[in-house]
Amino acid sequence: MHIAIIGNGISGISAARWIRKLSDYKITVISSESEYFFSRTALMYIYMGHMRYEDTKPYEDWFWDKNRINLIHDYVESIDFQSDTLSLKDQGQISYDQLIIATGSAPNRFGWPGQDLKGVGSLYHLQDLGVMEHYSRDLSRAVIVGGGLIGIEMAEMFLSRDIPVTMVVREKSFWDNILPTEESLMISRHIVRHHIDLRLSSNLKEIVDDGAGRASAVIIAETGEKIPCGYVGLTAGVHPNIQWLGETPIETNRGILVSDRLQTNIDNVWAIGDCVELRNPMPGRRGVEAIWYTGRMMGETCAYNICGQEVSYDPGIWFNSAKFLDIEYQVYGDIRPYATPEGQESLYWEHLEGEKSVRIVYEKASKKVVGFNLMGIRFRHEVCEQWIKTSTSVEEVLINLDLAHFDPEFYQSYKNELLETYYKLTGHQLSAKEMNGLDKVLSFLNS
Amino acid sequence: MSQPYKSMSLVHPNPKNLDIVQKAMIAISLLGLLLIVLAQEKSSYLLALSMLLISSGIIGFAWRSYLTRPSGIQNNGIWFRSISSRGILGWITGLILTFFYIILYWYPQYLGLGIEGAPNRGIVGFFDPLAMALKGTPASQWFVYGTLYTLAIFSFGIKFIWKYRHNRYQILRTISVMISQMFFAYLIPELLEGLNEEYSTKWFDKDLKNMWPLDYDFFDQWHIANMSSTGLLGWSVLIFSLLLIFVISPYLTYRYGKRWYCSWVCGCGGLAETAGDSFRHLSDKSLKSWKIERWLIHSILVFVVVMTIAVVYGYLGDDSSRYYITRTMFTVIVVSLLVVTGLIVRFWMKQAGRNDLNKVIYGILGLIGVILLINYLSGSGNAFFIDNYTFKKWYGLLIGATFSGVIGVGFYPLMGNRVWCRFGCPMAAILGLQQKFFSRFRITTNGNQCISCGNCSTYCEMGIDVRSYAQKGQDIIRASCVGCGICAAVCPRGVLRLENAGTDIFAKGLELRNNHVMVH
Ligand SMILES: Cc1cc2nc3c(=O)[nH]c(=O)nc-3n(C[C@H](O)[C@H](O)[C@H](O)COP(=O)(O)OP(=O)(O)OC[C@H]3O[C@@H](n4cnc5c(N)ncnc54)[C@H](O)[C@@H]3O)c2cc1C
Ligand code: SF4
Ligand code: SF4
Repeated sequence: MHIAIIGNGISGISAARWIRKLSDYKITVISSESEYFFSRTALMYIYMGHMRYEDTKPYEDWFWDKNRINLIHDYVESIDFQSDTLSLKDQGQISYDQLIIATGSAPNRFGWPGQDLKGVGSLYHLQDLGVMEHYSRDLSRAVIVGGGLIGIEMAEMFLSRDIPVTMVVREKSFWDNILPTEESLMISRHIVRHHIDLRLSSNLKEIVDDGAGRASAVIIAETGEKIPCGYVGLTAGVHPNIQWLGETPIETNRGILVSDRLQTNIDNVWAIGDCVELRNPMPGRRGVEAIWYTGRMMGETCAYNICGQEVSYDPGIWFNSAKFLDIEYQVYGDIRPYATPEGQESLYWEHLEGEKSVRIVYEKASKKVVGFNLMGIRFRHEVCEQWIKTSTSVEEVLINLDLAHFDPEFYQSYKNELLETYYKLTGHQLSAKEMNGLDKVLSFLNS
Repeated sequence: MSQPYKSMSLVHPNPKNLDIVQKAMIAISLLGLLLIVLAQEKSSYLLALSMLLISSGIIGFAWRSYLTRPSGIQNNGIWFRSISSRGILGWITGLILTFFYIILYWYPQYLGLGIEGAPNRGIVGFFDPLAMALKGTPASQWFVYGTLYTLAIFSFGIKFIWKYRHNRYQILRTISVMISQMFFAYLIPELLEGLNEEYSTKWFDKDLKNMWPLDYDFFDQWHIANMSSTGLLGWSVLIFSLLLIFVISPYLTYRYGKRWYCSWVCGCGGLAETAGDSFRHLSDKSLKSWKIERWLIHSILVFVVVMTIAVVYGYLGDDSSRYYITRTMFTVIVVSLLVVTGLIVRFWMKQAGRNDLNKVIYGILGLIGVILLINYLSGSGNAFFIDNYTFKKWYGLLIGATFSGVIGVGFYPLMGNRVWCRFGCPMAAILGLQQKFFSRFRITTNGNQCISCGNCSTYCEMGIDVRSYAQKGQDIIRASCVGCGICAAVCPRGVLRLENAGTDIFAKGLELRNNHVMVH
C-alpha cells in the first residue's frame, strides 16, 4: 500500500509519523515550500534572530530516512482521481493507493488596489521572510493591515529591528472580535506602549504605487490619510489553500469537505489540517479551524483511519494560546468576545499594572464553569479541561485554584485577589485551600 | 527547487547595531582590563579603579540593553551578532580566553608570578595589595583568577537579573550563585587563610561547596592530613564535606534535582549562567552529541571514582595502630557502600517495574570488581598498573585543567556555556544519575499547548532537545538538565514548568500528557 501526502506541515507530517507507527505502508510526502518539515509558528523568531531556520525543524534530517518516510520537494500541479496519480511540476508522476491532502492555508487578499505591488507581503511561507528581509533594509516604516495574531507577530518582528510600525486595524479595539473587552483593551494599551502606531476602526483603501511598481504609502478609507511606508504587510487572516485544485471532483466549500473520519467524498482521498472544512463540527466549534494542534490531531486521527481503526476526529474542549509582544495569552473553554453573554457571569481580575489578568466565566444559574481566559499568567491545561468537562462549580474552582497554577516557581499566585473579586461580585466569602505542588495536581487528575 | 531562505543563516541581515552608550560601556570595561595588563606599579587605587571600570562597564551595558525597554524575553538579534553566533568576534573571544587559560595553568610566570621567592610582578603583582589586605600574603595566579572570576559572576549576574527581571525564579537563582561565589568560594576562604599562619603551610580547600568529585583531590593524603591536623576548622571542614558528599547532596538532589547545585550554588555553573549566558544557544542539540555526552561524562565519572579509591588505598596502611582506617576496613566500607546502593537500586526497579536500570547495577558490580582487584594487587596499591599519582597527575592535566578550564570556559563562544558541565564534570554525572532515577524533579509540559517552535531547545544550554518531549506532551526527565529554567522562560506558549513531586517518582515521565486519539 502506498500513501501519498501532499504538504509537509504539521498535519501532513503528523499523519506520516502515525502511519509509520501503526503500519508498514510505503509513505511519500510531497511538498513545495521546504525540503524538510519546519515549524511555521516559529517564522517570526527567524527574522528576529532568536533562532535559525534549522532550529525550527522539529526533527533532525536523518529522522525521515530512518523512519522510511520518503520526502519529495516538489509542487503537485494536479491530481487524476481516475488513475490515482499525482502530476508533479518537476518530477513527473506518482501513483498512490491512498491520498492525504494537507496543503494548509493561504493568506487573504481582499482585492485592495495595489495589493500586488512590490513591497507588499504577507507572513505565511518561509519565502515571505525573504521578502520582508529584502525590504527591511533602510525601511522607514512598515504598515501592517489586519489586527490578528499574525499581524501582531509581524509588528513585533519589525520592532525587533527598530523599524517604525503602523497597524491598520478594522476593529474598535485590538482583536475584539475574539477577546472580551477588557483583555482587548489591555492588548491595545500594550501595543501602544511598545510605540506601535495603532490605528483602530480603520480600513485600508488602497496601496499607493511610487510610479515604479513599488508600494510607497497606504491610504486609510475612513480618514483619507496617506501613510508613507516602504513595506505593506497584509495579515487579514487566511483561507484554506484549495485554489490549486482547480476544477475538481472533490467536494469543497470554504475548505475541502470531510467526514468525521476526515475522508473526502472520494473513498481513498483524505484531507487534514488548515485546508479542511468539517461537515459536522462539534457543537461550539467551527468547521474551519486553522491552528496548530487541530492539524496535529487530524493527522493522528487520519492515520488511525487509514490503518484500519475507525476513529472520529475529536479535538476536545477548545483551547489555544498566543503571545502579544510580551504578554502571553491562554484560553481554555468557551470565552466569548465583547461583553459576557446573557446567562453567564464573568469573574475578572486584572493586575494593577494592567498586564496580567484572569477571567473565569461560569453559568449564572448552575455556577458551573465554562471557560478561562488568561493574560500574562499560565494555567495548567489538563486541570482547566477537567474542571470544564466535569461541570465543576466556580466556587470549587476558586477554592482549589492552586491546582491550575503553572507559572514558574516563586511566582506570585493571585488566588486571594480572585477570591476577593468573587466576594465583591457575589457576596460569597470563600477561603482557598493550599493545593500547591504537582503531587496534589496528580492526585486530582487521577481521581 | 532551491532551498528557501538560505540567506538567513549565512548572511547577516541588517541587525540592530549597538548604540553609542552600549559601545561606550564596552570600552569602559575593556579599559579596566587594559589597566590590569599594562599597569606597572602596585597601587590599591589603580586596582580598585580597574575593578570598578570592568564591572561598571558590564552593568552599564546591561542597563542600556535591558532597562530601557519593557521587561520580557530579550533575544532579539542573538543569531545575527558576531560574538554570539560563532562569528569573527566569537572566535577571537574564544581564542583569547583559551590563551588566557593556558597561561594561567602552565605559564603563570608570564602573568608575573614570582618564582622561587621572587616578588610578584605584572598582573599577579598588580593584585598584591588586595591579597595582602584580605589574607596578608602576596597574590598568586589563582588569587588573580578567583578575583576576576568573582567579579565576572557579580557583574554579569546583575546583567542576567535585569535581563530576566520579570522572572522570580531567575532572579533568586542568580542571587544565589552570586552569593555562593562571593562568600563561599572567595571571601570566606581568603579571609580564613589570613587567620592562621598554619594554613599557608598546611593548605586545604576552604570552599565548602567545592565538593568531591568536582574537587578531585579532596581525598588525597596531604589534603586529608592537612585538614585533620589544623584543629577545629580543619576538622569541621572535613566533617561537613563528608556530610555534604554522602548525606546533604543526595538528599537535596532527591528533593529538587541537581539544579540545587548546578544552577544555584556551583561556581562553574555560576560563571556559565552569568558570563556565559550570551552563548547558551550554541550548545549542540543533535542526538549524536547526546550520545557523545553520555559516554564521555560517565567514563570520566568512573575514572574519578576508581582513581580516588586507588589513591586512598595507596596511602592507607595495614597497621591499625597507625591508621584510623586500615586498607581492609576501607575496602569493606567501600564495597558495602556500593552493595547498599545496588540493593536500593534493585528495590526501585522492583517498585517501578522497570529494567532500564540494569546498567546501573552492572556499573556497580563492575566497580566492586575493580576495587577487589586493586585490593588483590595491593602492595603498591596501584590501580591501572601505573602509579596512582602519575595517573592522577594526568587526570588533573587533562580533565581538571584542560577540560574544565581551557575548553570549559575558553570554548564558551564556540560550543556554548556548559561544555564542561555537559561533557566533563563528574559531579554533574553523579547528580545526573540520581536526578534521572531517584529524584522528585522533572519538567512538566502543559497538555497540548506546544507549537513545536523550538525556542526551548535552542536556548537549552545543556543541548537537550526539550521540544522533542514537549511536542509529545511528555515530561522531561534528563540526567543533564541543570534546572536553569530558561526553557520555561523563553517558551512563548507557557508549556514548560520545573517542578518536584514524590508520588509518582518511579513512573515520572513515562506518561504522555498530550490529548491523543482514543481508540475504542
Ligand atoms: C506566522 C504564523 C504563526 C502562527 N502561529 C500559530 C500559533 O501560535 N498557534 C497555532 O495554533 N497556530 C498558529 N499558526 C497556524 C498554524 O501554523 C497552521 O494552522 C498550521 O501550520 C497548518 O498546518 P498544515 O499542515 O495544515 O498546513 P501548512 O503548514 O500550511 O503546510 C502545508 C504545506 O503544503 C504545501 N503545499 C500546498 N500546496 C501544495 C501543492 N500543490 N504541492 C506541494 N505542496 C503544497 C505548502 O507549501 C505548505 O508547506 C500560525 C501560522 C502562521 C503563518
Ligand atoms: S531542559 Fe530547561 S531547565 Fe533543563 S537545562 Fe535545559 S533549559 Fe535548563
Ligand atoms: S515547549 Fe514552548 S518553546 Fe518549546 S517548542 Fe513547545 S511551544 Fe516552543
